[in-house]
Amino acid sequence: MGEKCRILYCNCAHARVVPDEVKNAVLDKLCETDADISWQAVSDLCEMVARRDPALKNLRADDGNLKIAACFPRAVKWLFASSGVPLDPERTQICNMREQSAGEIMQALLSDDITPNVPEGTGKAPAEVVAESEGNA
Amino acid sequence: MSLTQTRALEVVLYEGGETTPLTPDERRTLFRDVLNQGFGVRRTTDPGDVPVDERTHAVVVGRFNGRQPESLGLPGPGGNIQFIDLSGEGEGLGADSPIAAAVGRIREDRQLFDHKVWKPWFPVIDYDRCTNCMQCLSFCLFGVYGVSHEQQIQVQNHDNCKTNCPACSRVCPEAAIMFPKYKAGPINGDMVSDSDLQREKMKVDISSLLGGDVYELLRNRSERAKSRFSKERDSDKALNERQKCLVKLQKDADIPPEVLMSLPSPDEIQRRAAEASAKAEAALEANRNKRDASGAEQGG
Repeated sequence: MGEKCRILYCNCAHARVVPDEVKNAVLDKLCETDADISWQAVSDLCEMVARRDPALKNLRADDGNLKIAACFPRAVKWLFASSGVPLDPERTQICNMREQSAGEIMQALLSDDITPNVPEGTGKAPAEVVAESEGNA
Repeated sequence: MSLTQTRALEVVLYEGGETTPLTPDERRTLFRDVLNQGFGVRRTTDPGDVPVDERTHAVVVGRFNGRQPESLGLPGPGGNIQFIDLSGEGEGLGADSPIAAAVGRIREDRQLFDHKVWKPWFPVIDYDRCTNCMQCLSFCLFGVYGVSHEQQIQVQNHDNCKTNCPACSRVCPEAAIMFPKYKAGPINGDMVSDSDLQREKMKVDISSLLGGDVYELLRNRSERAKSRFSKERDSDKALNERQKCLVKLQKDADIPPEVLMSLPSPDEIQRRAAEASAKAEAALEANRNKRDASGAEQGG
């Protein structure tokens, strides 16, 4: 990959809404990748948000592109935003394991190019909402 | 211990520098095992990727071939970081591996969150759509929503939410409330189409669908069931009646039966509904005042 790119995979551990065959195939293919890329698998992105997991800040790439294999882009966008770590719409691509095939997703994740697809809009929760969430943590 | 008081644990597979990479099968075993325990795992070749924040415990694993972490450019052990060198003969991966043991030990010692006790089910607000109308706050009986000092609706108590219940999203006129683990769109986060919006708007006034205030309906039906119960002295019949009466509400709002059956007493429902409505009204009033003041400033 040209520019530094990180990959984030969500295992959606607590629900069966993501087809097992898709999420297992994506994880298997990532494990077979020897390329010099950093990638990260989380057990459940929703749970991290609910716990205000400090690791959420580390998931977002501040210095490069980010490709996410999870669920619907609108949901992923607002999960991050509600945690005070809005995704960069110009440097983030979200693959939807609920609707796309494992093949399509792997092609997107390992491609040198990025196709940003964070839904349009502010992408930011009102500042005070985030500040209070962080204050409660 | 509340959800947010817990600490995080992350396993880092370091394969940079002079380490020997794991085989794909070994990686697969490692990732599956850690994920199944409810924790995250990262594969990296960059020493800077090892988390060093105070709320995250890191277990850094790899085939270090006997080298000290510092010589590989990694932060030294101690504090919240533990290293496991997989170079040794017989250091297998999987359920009986040193990684699983380390994760289990840290989870116990540091009282980390037990991932199996709560399914992360809670509303996520799309603030690009939300108009801050407070209908969700008025509707929810379980204190999931609250308002910020700036009178902005927010999700305050994620773990108060009733698993698999998407009812508040059904009362949102803008389809701004998502439950990412819900089965269907747009509640699951799928894009909102015009037809979705029309459909959601039709559902806004759930009370009109049900012929009156939703909690009033619940109260009346519970009272009727209670009355029948006292006359018939038959708990099974009363229970059946209550279930029957609530079928329509359950169907219209897709509320799981167990949520309806676990509703508190009619008096308690009334109290909570009044409290939620008062909060919502106060926030709306404050917002109106703010708008008026802002309008006056601009006008003046």
